[in-house]
Formats: sequence, structure tokens, C-alpha cells
Amino acid sequence: MSAASKDNKIVNEKIVENATCTFCGCCCDDITLTVDMDKKVITKAQDACILGKAWFLNHVIEDKPIARIDGKEVALDDAIDEAAKVLMDAKFPILYGMSDTICEAQRQCAPMMDDCGGTIDTTTSVCHGPSGMAFQGVGEPSMTLGEVKNRADFVMYWGGNPAEAHPRHFARYAVTPKGMFTPNGKDDRTVVIVDVRQTKTAGVADIFLQVKPGKDFELLWMLRAACKGAAIPDNCKELCGIEKDVVEDLFDKMKNCKYGVIFFGMGLTMSRGRHFNSGALMALATDLNEFTHFVAKPARGHGNVTGADNVVSWQTGYPFGVNFSRGHPRFNPGEFTTVDTLTRGEADAAIVIASDPVANFPKPAIDHITSDKCKLISIDTKQTPTSEAAHVSIQTSTYGINTGGTVYRMDDVPISLRPAFDSPFPSDLEVLTKLRKKVNELSKKANRPYATKKYI
Amino acid sequence: MKGKLILIPGRSAKQGVGLNKGKLKDEYKKVTTTLEVSFEDMKSLGLETGDHVKISNEIGETNVIVKGLREGKIPEGYAFIPYGPPSSCLFDGETCASGMPESKGMKIDIEFIKKGEKKKTTLPPLNS
Repeated sequence: MSAASKDNKIVNEKIVENATCTFCGCCCDDITLTVDMDKKVITKAQDACILGKAWFLNHVIEDKPIARIDGKEVALDDAIDEAAKVLMDAKFPILYGMSDTICEAQRQCAPMMDDCGGTIDTTTSVCHGPSGMAFQGVGEPSMTLGEVKNRADFVMYWGGNPAEAHPRHFARYAVTPKGMFTPNGKDDRTVVIVDVRQTKTAGVADIFLQVKPGKDFELLWMLRAACKGAAIPDNCKELCGIEKDVVEDLFDKMKNCKYGVIFFGMGLTMSRGRHFNSGALMALATDLNEFTHFVAKPARGHGNVTGADNVVSWQTGYPFGVNFSRGHPRFNPGEFTTVDTLTRGEADAAIVIASDPVANFPKPAIDHITSDKCKLISIDTKQTPTSEAAHVSIQTSTYGINTGGTVYRMDDVPISLRPAFDSPFPSDLEVLTKLRKKVNELSKKANRPYATKKYI
Repeated sequence: MKGKLILIPGRSAKQGVGLNKGKLKDEYKKVTTTLEVSFEDMKSLGLETGDHVKISNEIGETNVIVKGLREGKIPEGYAFIPYGPPSSCLFDGETCASGMPESKGMKIDIEFIKKGEKKKTTLPPLNS
């Protein structure tokens, strides 16, 4: 910490170098934070993008109770006891979220749901869940963002808008940085954007292709067929909205580049076709390896949604939508994913961690999770529609700002966090560790056949 | 003044900034209740930027404020809205066994409710 700063009159200033922004999946770990330790606020976030600045500079220690039951302030331990009781008394408890917390906290969740015979699901199920299903079908031609920076001379964004959702993706990893084999930055790269809208991302494109809404699969399949020697059909424009010669030129560029990469977004996974769209894209990237080196990667949204997939995968064998009611993990999207269990009115208790389904889920799911038929538990760093609707609400400290730990960048690279200042709120890890222990105790008392015998 | 459009909800930088400031605050509410429509559709529906409209489908309905976009920014017949509680009102819970509700490309009805308090002129197309 330094002495008085003349410019902004901060007397108790702390500089945190190489801090990681955990707002989006880019997890930029080169941010320099200036912290006013007296006021407990971050006054400057050097090198952060517009979203990163909003993430750091709007973080304040709120004057709110740590724990509430039905809106009334209670002791943290009482809230944890009640949450454990709700989960154990439920016939079909679900756990959802985890994409905005550290891996160490995520690690507590699967064993807890194992003990209460429930279901665990991450925000991936309403994000790149279809891509996760496609990985299992066609594989993932993967890479790290460091490889992209140093090698990629053909960069494509399909159905995503990184200029607004991942603003530093261009400058840090894929478009403008100068790499080992791309010494001239953007001049050494061909940048192609495929989208139904002319978004701000289109501004960086050498080639912008406005595909007909809902026709991504058709265009992807035409390119796959071209890899196998088939001609682009004459009615190409009618099929996908893009002229035949433009698609032929695109295919030429794809197969003649030295290192090609496609980043894809929810324009593919959220529209009709879902995992078939993601699967077609990854199969195309695989097919292009007959000509050159080609890879593909989903552009992940939340700061540690990639970590949630990794942690749940190494604990259960599956990335999301995992049910433990038979004493072993079963994966079945559509049956055990959160939107489905809520829409069908099956879940009678829901614990939501660092997520806000009441603001973002489909209306039938919101109607059920906020009804008397489903007891809602919320663990979050901020007040949200979900925390306000919850029976048990616990407010925690913010990862990357108040607590350290591990997050996974969108390319599955783990990064250690450097917190800026302490918070009076407990960490997700502390709350979830206590809750897991309590659920385990209750599970043993109830002689649940599958209760973990030894608390690990 | 009624019509039909196809809705594409998605992320925006303003929505990202708004949610960091707080989802219960006015800035987030304002961003997530702004519906972007092409200039051509604005003209055919007789709407101007700032007008209040009701958008609905078989799942639900919500009131939003309409904003015209320049030619080519969004295809004719389509509308964009940042993710948030208003867009969620229109999502169906059916996931076709994928876990993912169809969150882009929903057919919606759009209906004029009232003029905006602060009248703004709809943007003309760039080539006019």
C-alpha cells in the first residue's frame, strides 16, 4: 500500500497488478486495480473493457444482511440449517447455477446433491449446453487462446457478438494481437463474421455474411459437403441468404489458410437446431483438417462457466443436467436440466448459486420456481429477482474482487484470482462447505442408502 | 397499429453494464425494455422511436419501448431485445429434450400502446 495519493486524495491506496476480471469468459488477467482501502471500493481498473470497468467499479460493500429467511434477517448458521432441511425434505431437489463462483466452491455442490439424491445443473444448460451435447457426439477440435494469438490467420465468429459480450477478445486473443506467426496482427488475419444481424462485431470483419435467421445449419452443411468435394448448390442464396460465389470464396479461404479457428455463440445454440448446429460447426472444423489445421471453440459467457463444466465433469463424468436419485450420476438433458424440471413442476426445492433464473428463465419455469410448490434458496453476491423471491437468501462476497480461488478461461485454461480487498460477507466456499457438511449429517441421520459414509 | 415480428433476444454491452450496477435499478430495467426494430418495419407499423408497444405471444406479454435501427442493421421482419425479465416473459419452457429453451426466433405480435413522453424522430435510412 502506498501513502497519500495527491490526485484523488486516497490515503490508504492499494494497487493490485495482474488482477483477473471474472465478468465474462475471457477472464482477462492483466488488469491493474487501484483500491481505496478505506472506502473499500475500486477506483480504477486499468486495461479493463467497458464490461470489466462496470464489474470492478460498481462493486460496493452493500449494507445488507448476510442471511435472510422469508425476508427476515437471521444468523448465517440458521440460514444454512434451514437450507439443508429444505434440501433433505424435498422429493426432487435441484441445484442450479455456479458459473459465477470459484471452482473450489463448485466442488462442494455435486457431493451435496449426491447426499440428498438431487439434481445438479449449471447455467451451461441455457448457454452452451447444446454444444456440450455436441462435444459428446462429434468431439471438440480444441485449442488455447494463446495458440490462436500466435498462429491463427483465419478467424471466424459465428452467431456471436464479442464486440459487446467479450469486448477484449479481439485485442487480446484473436484479431489484432501480434503473435509468433502473425507478426503484423490483423494484417496477417482474415476475419469473417457470420450472423443474422449486423452487430457491432461486424465492424471488424473483412467478410460479413448475413445468414438467413434459422439457416445456419444449411450453410454449415453446405461447407461440410464442399469439404467432401460437393459443389455449392445454385440455390445457395435461397437456402441460406448468401450468394453462391461468396460461399465458394469463403470455402477457398477456409481450406487455404494456415491455421483457422471458429468461435461460436448462442446464435447457434439457442436457435432451432441447437446441438445439431453446434455439432455441424465442430464437424466442419474437423473436416477442414483434411486441408489445413482448423479448430473451433464456444465463446463462453460467464466468468467461470467453463470451470463449472470442468468441475461437474470430473466429479460426475458429465458437464450439466446430472441426477443422483438412483445413487449414481445420470446425465439426460431435457429430463434433468433445470428449465425442464421447473417447467414440468417436478422440482420441489431449488438451490440457486450465483445465478438469476427468476430474471432469465422462460415464464413457465419462473412461475414454478417462485410458487409455493418450490422452496427456493439463493446464494448470490448481489440482490437479484431470484434472491428477493427466495425462502432462504444468503449474500456472499464476490469472487475475483473479495475472494481468491481458481477459474477456468473459456479455453479451459485455469487461472488463479488475486482479490482486491476483504468483504464482511462470507465466501461462497465457506457457505457451501458448511451447507454440504450439514446436508451430509442429515443424510446420515436419515439413513439415506446412498449418503456419503465418510465426509471428505 | 398491429403487426407480427420475429424476436431475437441477445446480449448487449449496455445490458452487461446495467446488470453490474444492479438488476433492480432503473438502468438495467431501461435497457432490457428497449426493443430494436428495423426502420422499414417502424414505418410500416407507424411507429416512432420512444413509442410504447405491447409484444406478446402464446406464452406471455410485456410492454416495451421501441427503437428504430438504420437500414441493414437488422433484417426486415425481425426485432432485437437484450436479455432480461421482459424477454423471459415470451420464452416457452419446451426444450425439445435439450435443456435449452428456444430463446431466439420467437414469433411475436406487436401492438402500439401510446406515444413516448419524449418524442424522438425515427432515423432515416442512410441512403435516403
